[in-house]
Amino acid sequence: MGTRERVLWIVAGIAIVIYALFPVGWIVSLSLKSSADIANGQFLPTSLSWENYSQILVGDAAELFLPALRNSFGIVLISTFIACVLSMFAAYAIARLDFRGKRLILSTALAVAIFPVISIVTPLYNLWRQIGLYDTWPGLIIPYLSLTLPLSIWTMSAFFREIPWEMEQAAQVDGATSWQAFRKVIVPLATPGVFTTAILAFFIAWNDFAYGISLTSTGAARPVPAALGLFSGASQFESPNGPIAAAAVIVTIPVVVLVLIFQRRIVAGLTNGAVKG
Amino acid sequence: MTTTERTGTGGATPASPAGPGTSDKARSEQRLGWMLAGPAFVIMLLVTAYPIAQAVYYSLFNYRLTDPDNISFVGLNNYAVILTDQIWWTSFGVTVFITVVTVAVELVLGFALALVMMNALKAIRPVLRAAILIPYAVITVVSAFAWQYAFSLDSGFVNSWFSWLPGVAVDTDWFGGTWSSLFVICLAEIWKTTPFISLLLLAGLAQVPDVLQEAARVDGASWWQRMWKVTIPNMKAAIMVALLFRTLDAFRVFDTVFVMTGGAENTETVSFLAYRQTIARLEIGLGSAVSVLLFLSVVVICVGFIKGFKVDLSQARGEK
Repeated sequence: MGTRERVLWIVAGIAIVIYALFPVGWIVSLSLKSSADIANGQFLPTSLSWENYSQILVGDAAELFLPALRNSFGIVLISTFIACVLSMFAAYAIARLDFRGKRLILSTALAVAIFPVISIVTPLYNLWRQIGLYDTWPGLIIPYLSLTLPLSIWTMSAFFREIPWEMEQAAQVDGATSWQAFRKVIVPLATPGVFTTAILAFFIAWNDFAYGISLTSTGAARPVPAALGLFSGASQFESPNGPIAAAAVIVTIPVVVLVLIFQRRIVAGLTNGAVKG
Repeated sequence: MTTTERTGTGGATPASPAGPGTSDKARSEQRLGWMLAGPAFVIMLLVTAYPIAQAVYYSLFNYRLTDPDNISFVGLNNYAVILTDQIWWTSFGVTVFITVVTVAVELVLGFALALVMMNALKAIRPVLRAAILIPYAVITVVSAFAWQYAFSLDSGFVNSWFSWLPGVAVDTDWFGGTWSSLFVICLAEIWKTTPFISLLLLAGLAQVPDVLQEAARVDGASWWQRMWKVTIPNMKAAIMVALLFRTLDAFRVFDTVFVMTGGAENTETVSFLAYRQTIARLEIGLGSAVSVLLFLSVVVICVGFIKGFKVDLSQARGEK
């Protein structure tokens, strides 16, 4: 690679980093502006202020934001966990066993993944009200499975197919019991795949807006994205921009931390499930 | 998967010659397979098939939640009402517009990003990968707010930064008109979802054999020729998958519109219309009909893609 070409690719790389981080930088900057500064028409605040953060963590907006944060964590973690356990069994069966209906299961997962969420929300809204699941945690956990299960089944079976299952028999030949063989050989090989799937499922559920806004009505179950979406409507504050920006930064932190720690695996998971299968 | 099923040793498929003793094994494998995979399968059906069936059912009734005692069967009347209403066609047009614009831009931009990541020096590749994952991981609502605030009159910096452009002034109200609102909505969508396309294309790029590239180079093919004759044809599957999934996704756009305009200025999308009819106006019958129409549109897109581009989804997704 010539020097000129090398410089070109470096410049292009920097452009990518700016492209990816600019809006994030802007929302962080906005969250640090004082109310006097919000309308300064500039990217950066003239002086740093924690006003917005204190408003959503201990101030007026805390009763809106904090329950939503708790709901989001609880609901998303539970539905991620359920999706992972169920799809782990399914993926094991798909990768390991020969049975009729594998194709049916995988195509169903694909079909569920392309369902428009709003088309499901409409009837669920009605049904949930009738059976008392409206505005409850299970009322969101169940529909979140429609988001997390298909993706989990696809990515996990992709991972599981790569596992050299013969190694288990080899270990047994070497004198290990079948449980030992499974535990010592297969589990360590399968863990990264399960883990990656869990992170992707977490992202998807954490991102949901349509279910959150349609199937909840109070702080009892409303997750953060939905609470943020409604912040703007409520004219409780003079200008909600600052507090919303601060809340936006707070909900972004967990996902950014996950991305930074597990970036290699996340890319593997995304492309495995989708392109390499 | 296809091949495993055909050449698998378990003999689960009736066609395969089952040796002595294998049929018991095959039967127990069959049972175990469904025991393990069944729960996930049943849940997926319950959370989607049942609600859709319900939506189809309710779409045939005049049913308002504000007036629950007056449910009456109206047949296909709800569909007739919707399909003859300008509101449906406006929202349909807006949805198609957003889908076409964002997917087209994302494909080109995503490909460019993938090329840069492919060619970047080894040392900065992890940095690029981490950076590009950030928009993917940021929740759509947050991204929508970020872009809205950047363009809004009371908090934005865009107007003061770009006032040198013709048509942009300090007091340009981006959310005061259909096209300018759609422009910002598309920007936000493009920023948020290009990484997805880009990573899929990167995986596709990585699968193009180096030997072919080398051979073309030796034959004196220019960069463009290599790109069109070698690289792109070899990553067709990845491109199709990326296109299909992004198109389906873009057609369901909801969050961004909700946050940015709330459907004002004729920016309502089909998803938003379904939401507004059911959840905001409590018109279960009409709302269900919109949901069913949205669902059908998505199915048509999917079938169109598979037929038109001859993608075997299972192959494209690389089932082994």
